This record gives sequence, C-alpha cells and structure tokens, in this order.
Amino acid sequence: MRFGDKTVIVTGGGRGIGIGTAKKFAEEGASVVIGEIDAELGQNAADDLSDAGHRVAFVQVDVGDPNQAKNLVTEAVEKFGSVDVLVNNAGIIRTDDFLETDIETFDQVLRVNLRGVFLMTQAAARHMVAAGTKGSVVNICSITAFAGMPDQVGYCVSKAGVFQMTRSIGLALADKGIRVNAVGPGTVRTELSESALGYDSGGSVMKRVLARTPLGRLAEPEEIANAVLFLAGDDAGYLTGHTIFVDGGRLIQNIVLPFDE
Amino acid sequence: MRLEGKRALITGGGRGIGLACAQRFVAEGASVVLGDILLDEGRTAAEELTQAGGKATFIECDVTDVGQVNNFVAAAVDACGGIDILFNNAGIIGPGTDFLGTSEDEFRRIMEINVFGAFRVAQATARHMVDQGISGSIINTGSMLSALANPDQAAYVSSKHGIHGLTKAMALALAKHGIRVNAIGPGTIKTAVAEAVLVNETAYRRVLSRIPLGYIGEPEDVTGPVVFLASDESSYMTGQIIYPDGGRLALNHVMPVKELPAA
Repeated sequence: MRFGDKTVIVTGGGRGIGIGTAKKFAEEGASVVIGEIDAELGQNAADDLSDAGHRVAFVQVDVGDPNQAKNLVTEAVEKFGSVDVLVNNAGIIRTDDFLETDIETFDQVLRVNLRGVFLMTQAAARHMVAAGTKGSVVNICSITAFAGMPDQVGYCVSKAGVFQMTRSIGLALADKGIRVNAVGPGTVRTELSESALGYDSGGSVMKRVLARTPLGRLAEPEEIANAVLFLAGDDAGYLTGHTIFVDGGRLIQNIVLPFDE
Repeated sequence: MRLEGKRALITGGGRGIGLACAQRFVAEGASVVLGDILLDEGRTAAEELTQAGGKATFIECDVTDVGQVNNFVAAAVDACGGIDILFNNAGIIGPGTDFLGTSEDEFRRIMEINVFGAFRVAQATARHMVDQGISGSIINTGSMLSALANPDQAAYVSSKHGIHGLTKAMALALAKHGIRVNAIGPGTIKTAVAEAVLVNETAYRRVLSRIPLGYIGEPEDVTGPVVFLASDESSYMTGQIIYPDGGRLALNHVMPVKELPAA
C-alpha cells in the first residue's frame, strides 16, 4: 500500500480522470477527499468508494473561490488529520469559434483551470508548511499546453499556464520539501470525449484523433491515474516542476498516420 | 511486485544507476541480465543479486562492438526465454574539454558509445521483441543535458540530445508493434560518472545552486522513474523523457546554497 498513511484531495473527483484517480489512491490505502462542484456527482463518487470499504469524504467546492478552496483543505484536515497529496484535476473545456467567443467564456475557463489551481495549491501548501508535511501536488495539465486548438483558445492557454505554474510553484515550495509536478494527458476516453468524438461510431473526428495517436487508441482514465500516483509518491522523490505527458506519442509526432476521411 | 515475471536487460549494469535499477527490478519481481565492460563489477553485481534471492545473470557487453551486442541479446534470450524490458543505460561522460580544443576523435568516441551503442542494443532488442510479438518497454538514458547544455561538453551534450531524438523516432517506429520507448533524463547523480564534479567544492556549490530540491541525487533517485516507465503503469506513454533532476529544468536563475553537505 503505497499511500497507506496519506490523505489525498482530488478536485473534480466526481467523474472522468478525477474519479479514476480517487479510486486508485483509495486502493493504495489513502484516505481520499473528493472535491467536486456538482454535489450529486461528488456524493455518488464518495458513496461508491465508501461502499467498497475505503475511507472517503465529499466536500463541495468551487475551486475558483478562495474561501471554498481553503474550506476544502480545512475539512480534509478535520476529517483525516492531514493533507499529504493534492491532485488539481478540476477543469472545464469550452469549444467555440474564436471570432464568436465571448470574453466571459474565456474568463470562466481561466477561473477554474488556472485560478483554481493557484488557490487550491496555495491553500494546501499553507497547511503543509504549517504542519511540516513533505507533501506532493500533482496538477492535471494537457498536451494542449504545447499543441494548440483553434477553437479552444482559453482552454489551451489555461493548460499552458498550468505547465508554468507547476514549474514556478514547484520552485517556490522546493525548500519546504513539497514537490509539484503535473500529468499532461492526451485524449482520454471519458463520457465527454466519447460523445464528442464519436468513439463508438468510428466518427471522422475520432479518425483524425487516432491519426495523431501513434499508440492507436485513446487513454483510459486509469492510465492517467497511474501517472498521478507515480508523481505523488516516493518514486518521484527527485522530481519537481516537471510535467509528464501521457499522450500515446502525440506530442513527438511530426505528421499523421494513414487515415480515411 | 510491479514487474512480476518480467525479463529485463540492463546495459552498464555493473555499477551506478544501472546497478541501482537492477536491484530495484529484482525487488519488483523481474529477472535481470546485466551487461557491462566492467567484468568484475558485473559479475559481483549478478552474484549479489542472486544471493539475495533474485534471478540475475551477467554477460560481457561492449556496446561499441556489434558482435558482442548481438551475442549479449541472444544470450539473454537464451537465459530468460525472452526480453520484456530494456534499460539502455551504458554510457560515458568523458572529461570536459574546451570546445575550440575538442578533438574529432574524442567527439566520435563519446558518440560511438552513447548514441551508436544505444542504437545497437535497442535495435537488436527491438528485433527480438517484434519477432516474438512481445509488447515490451525500452528505456533509454538521456540526461538533463538532453535539454540543457554545458559549454565544455559539446560531445556529451550532442550525444544526449541525440538520445532524445532516437527515443522519439524509435517510439514512433515501434508503436505499431506495441513496444513503448521512453527515456530518463537524470540531473547530477552521485555516481562514478559525476565524481569529477563532486570532489571540487566550488563546482559542488555551483551545482547545488541549480538544484531546487537542495541535494545531489543518489542512484536510487532514478530507479522510481525507470520502474514506472518499465511497468504497465506507463502503458499510454511513449516517446517521452522523465527528468529526475531535483527541479533543475524548471529553474531560471539559481537557488541560495545554505550549507555544503559533507562530501
């Protein structure tokens, strides 16, 4: 049990990569606090883990709100006594034609994806420093930190920001023994991506995605979770400020694999 | 046991990072075949791993000799029945030399071992994996100098940038065979290779000022990333390099060095 005496917060823990990560930590012995803005999703996720015999709590949170971010950390400490690992997974995607995108949409994406990571990391790190915890923070970045999308400008900018925040906050906390790293997933098979990409119907969007995916398939949420656990644990003890891309080979690929439109 | 039943090949396995990874692989349930030009170190390492209850074999391997490389891979397959993991670790750093005075022979020697050697071992191993239908994992040894540079190590820097490119090209070439290829990019690690840096107090301080986590790594600091890349936990990763560098790549300027640890 790699996280037997640890308490782990996973934001956006109600579905997708978040719930996959929460489950893995629980299976490795951790006490897990699911932070989620959608109360029903969050409570259901917590109930499922609890029914499986794990120590888990749900706390509703809007990570872009400083008081709510702080409250999530406070409640985690009250319930389980510490916060050892923070996984900044909460994030949103908005897809719009650039010329038609309104600035409120842009602001909303940055508020959750960037401001949320700042606020949650600051709240958790303040607790870790005060408690003398040599903790670990793992951010969910994206290949879009480097690879642009014409219709997701805000999202791509937010993830480029997460990449840099991982570096700078990693440096800010290094002498406290707190490590900050990130996982940059490629396209992950979740409910959202399945419907958007026509995963089951072999849609043309899916074909284009796979033409840019050397390993020939989407990632499973569990594969992202495995990388998060690696970075959170002692095996990554000499890593900080680093983003690991779990993308099936996408970022290194120059052109495309053969595909039919 | 995260590598239960896996069969791993480690070049440069006689000491340093290679040996530390061999110990960790065995602890995680793998059997290992060590290759090295250092015969005493290699044999001793294999004996100690065996005495500790592991399955380990040593086979001489000079990565500059294609005949020895092919023999090494073939003998490893004979010993274990196949190869699931290659940790392509053999390499040298060479003495720092002023760029203007660097000889072509010295440049070629380092490229010959670090790049051509890695290519030979990886190709021979990958041919075996493809032939046997093994969805293996290959881990090349880059360096933080796959991304950064030192002025007096043009050949070494070129060789480690070369490893990064080799890793990417191999990853794409072998993806359709289910073989993943990644690399590690260690920062300054306490090994024989780094001795030249660590005996000089001024140099030691300068190195530490570039390590946010505040200490020079031990070979054991590299084993975690190697095990992760070797195992199925990294099943969606290919063509990537993981940098156990104490945070150096993230750092713009320098960090204050509070005290010099006892050497």
